[in-house]
Amino acid sequence: MGSDIAEEMRRDYVCDLIRSGKRMDGRRFLEYREIIVEKGVVKRAEGSARVKIGNTQVLVGVKMEIGEPFPDIPNEGVIITNAEFVPLASPEFEPGPPDENSVELARIVDRGIRGSHALDVESLCIEEGEKVWMIFIDIHVLDDDGNLVDASALGAIAALMNTRIPYERHGFSPREVNPKVDNLMVKYTPVAVTTVEIDGNILVDPNMFEESAADARLIVTSTEDGDISCIQKSGRGVLSENTFERMIDIAVEEAHRIRKIYLR
Amino acid sequence: MEQPLIKDGRRVDGRAFDEMRPIRIEVGVLKRADGSCYFELGDNKVIAAVYGPRELHPRHYQDAKRAIIQYRYNMAPFSVDERKRPGPDRRSIEISKVSREALEPVIMTEFYPRTTIDIFVEVLQSDAGTRTAGINAASVALADAGIPMRGLVSAIAVGKVDGEIVLDLNAIEDNYGDADMPVAMIAKTNTITMIQMDGKMTREEIQKGLEIAKNACRKIYQMQREALISKYSEEIE
Repeated sequence: MGSDIAEEMRRDYVCDLIRSGKRMDGRRFLEYREIIVEKGVVKRAEGSARVKIGNTQVLVGVKMEIGEPFPDIPNEGVIITNAEFVPLASPEFEPGPPDENSVELARIVDRGIRGSHALDVESLCIEEGEKVWMIFIDIHVLDDDGNLVDASALGAIAALMNTRIPYERHGFSPREVNPKVDNLMVKYTPVAVTTVEIDGNILVDPNMFEESAADARLIVTSTEDGDISCIQKSGRGVLSENTFERMIDIAVEEAHRIRKIYLR
Repeated sequence: MEQPLIKDGRRVDGRAFDEMRPIRIEVGVLKRADGSCYFELGDNKVIAAVYGPRELHPRHYQDAKRAIIQYRYNMAPFSVDERKRPGPDRRSIEISKVSREALEPVIMTEFYPRTTIDIFVEVLQSDAGTRTAGINAASVALADAGIPMRGLVSAIAVGKVDGEIVLDLNAIEDNYGDADMPVAMIAKTNTITMIQMDGKMTREEIQKGLEIAKNACRKIYQMQREALISKYSEEIE
């Protein structure tokens, strides 16, 4: 909850700065914070990545198990994305079942991966209608200084790129299944970029204060071919058509930059 | 799917690309609720009820400056082919959130500090497009409840089916299509209050889709308005 007055003061402070063309951490409006991506940070996971965007920090782990496919798509593997906003990451987070924000975040990340066809789900089928690989993408938020969605989406795709299919643990000899590789094939690299509008200005990668000062944010996930695989407006504000269109262009361009540097 | 979803420029149910399914709106269909609306979009049947502004418990959820909005989207177990297990799942939690945020911009919550305005949407029969049908119904139900609003919110989905941008996907198109983009707008001002996209679309396709959705929202707005006017002019007579 926090105190209403403190929140209002912060909001005024952020807005006043922006009106004079500045951001509280000295960035330009379209400048992203520093990103750090570390892959393979958890040994027990099939794939993992830790992403920092400024002070925001998430850890994403990928686990793979064998399970039954959904009856309507018997020849496709299953992707399940989950996010936990654990209380160590923010005074606002409470223990308990996932709240709407963590459900929304997980579903945005999930749609970005699914829509982009990043994974060849048919190659994850072991026996049609009986056995498929299930990929669990678990997002563990460690420190929330704003823009958890971008950090989580980047962590998810980085962790998938780092995933080795655990054939042996499941009683396969690697050759039986795929003679060439036991790395998970990642065909596209969707990158989510969040923008907000404050006082008529579009800002990329809002920090925590900017996020709460903005009434609405737009998350746009795009792939290397410039196609878009997920969009979500979040928050109780509105967007004009023009702002919406501009936000997409900014997000696609920024995604190209991030991908080139951090997802090679 | 083997069969094409588009044949000779027509869709599986014979509609043109930019054609909506038929809409039916009834205002004030529930007795106990402060406001209500029944909304049909093709084979989608939803009902929305509004309660409030009313007291909010527990008190620490209250906002000293405005009413809070609570929105619950719920599917009846029999509304879909395979019985839906009762209660909220992850999909309905997300839909409830984005639907609430679609309506909050038009509700003058500042008039009712420390209260709640509760919106309940029940999906009775589903054929893709239930979240937009729910928002349309809720918007009318809010007006029916006499809650001061800056405008009405109108919503519709566009999507990509067999490479074509089409308006208002039905269940078959939604299941086998390439993308789905539900949009909610304040038709009067052309502002977006909700937008989501699921699937794969190019930048140009999104722009084209938004344009089609915008025109459709204007038509829905007219229908919502007429439904409200006709109910309240009846009462005066």
